[in-house]
Amino acid sequence: MLQRLYDWVDERLDITPLWRDIADHEVPEHVNPAHHFSAFVYCFGGLTFFIIVIQFLSGMFLTMYYVPDIVNAYESVKYLQGEVAFGMIVRGMHHWGASLVIVMVFLHTLRVFFTGAYKKPRELNWVVGVLMFFLLLGLGFTGYLLPWDMKAYFATVVGLQIAESVPVIGDLAKTLLAGDPEIIGAQTLTRFFAIHVFFLPGALLGLLAVHFIMIRRQGIAGPL
Amino acid sequence: MVSEKNHNVSRRQFLTYTLTGVGGFMAAGMILPMARFAIDPVLQSAGAGDMNAVADVSELTEEPQRFDFSYEQVDGWYTSEVTETAWIYQEGDNITALSPTCTHLGCTVNWNSNESYQNQFFCPCHGGRFEKNGTNVPGTPPTEPLHKYEIEVRDGTVYLGKANPQI
Repeated sequence: MLQRLYDWVDERLDITPLWRDIADHEVPEHVNPAHHFSAFVYCFGGLTFFIIVIQFLSGMFLTMYYVPDIVNAYESVKYLQGEVAFGMIVRGMHHWGASLVIVMVFLHTLRVFFTGAYKKPRELNWVVGVLMFFLLLGLGFTGYLLPWDMKAYFATVVGLQIAESVPVIGDLAKTLLAGDPEIIGAQTLTRFFAIHVFFLPGALLGLLAVHFIMIRRQGIAGPL
Repeated sequence: MVSEKNHNVSRRQFLTYTLTGVGGFMAAGMILPMARFAIDPVLQSAGAGDMNAVADVSELTEEPQRFDFSYEQVDGWYTSEVTETAWIYQEGDNITALSPTCTHLGCTVNWNSNESYQNQFFCPCHGGRFEKNGTNVPGTPPTEPLHKYEIEVRDGTVYLGKANPQI
């Protein structure tokens, strides 16, 4: 049944080369943990992506209950975590996943560094990777405020003070982030929400695509 | 009929220029409103700092006293009443109003609250201390004096504005 459905579509749209190009390629021996167990270090990039996918999904579902408004934000988080079935699990996925992404990115970076995979011709991919690391830090920073509890609020107070301490453009950067020169309040929360949910994930998706396309173009770096 | 050769700009170039120009205008037309929308908080003129009536001059002493005052804070669409505290004292004609926010990590200082440190502001969090005029005591965590409120005295009433750093 499924096969016939696939054939029906394939006959019309010729989709086989499409997925073959993406999925049907050999994994070199030196990156395959089935051959050398130590090659598991080559999995960290994929694991990072896997967790990012979890972050995207759990985040999408969290917004079914969350409201980015200073009156209701905390209560909505409390509700979705405490009252909604599996709320604690879904929020937990997003909460712990956020830290795990950073851990995985770090391990992935170490592997790329110590195998020298960043060297010519793959320098650009390293640069894109570092940009994505900054995006992830930004996602962590903006997401941290959203529950709008004491910890979230004061972490953001400190974070914005750090932004403010930048020479010359500090005040500007802070106002731009907080939405107000002095108050960290209603406008800050909506801004951080927009940045966390739309701007940074959008940029991240774009860079992920670039990252992966470059890998397919250049292939995985050779064995040590 | 002027021949093609006499034109300085070829048809192809003309098309490229006009299409790029039109495309540029269209892109700008899309991006400009959004960019202006996003940076609005930076460009909004800072409202003239409101002064709030806090105390009567007759209440003031040479000893710093605690005065709480409330005002309406407008945060975009959200208006709320905010309460702030000032430590105010008068020496001769000079009135000084200090912010109670410790310049170390933002806890709240109190005047004369620690028996070991008479006539100083003391912060319970990390033992930060300040002299009466707000100067931080060397060797304690704070790195700058307590912030000072802008002061205005009208008809025997003390009005306070924003608290600004002393240095």
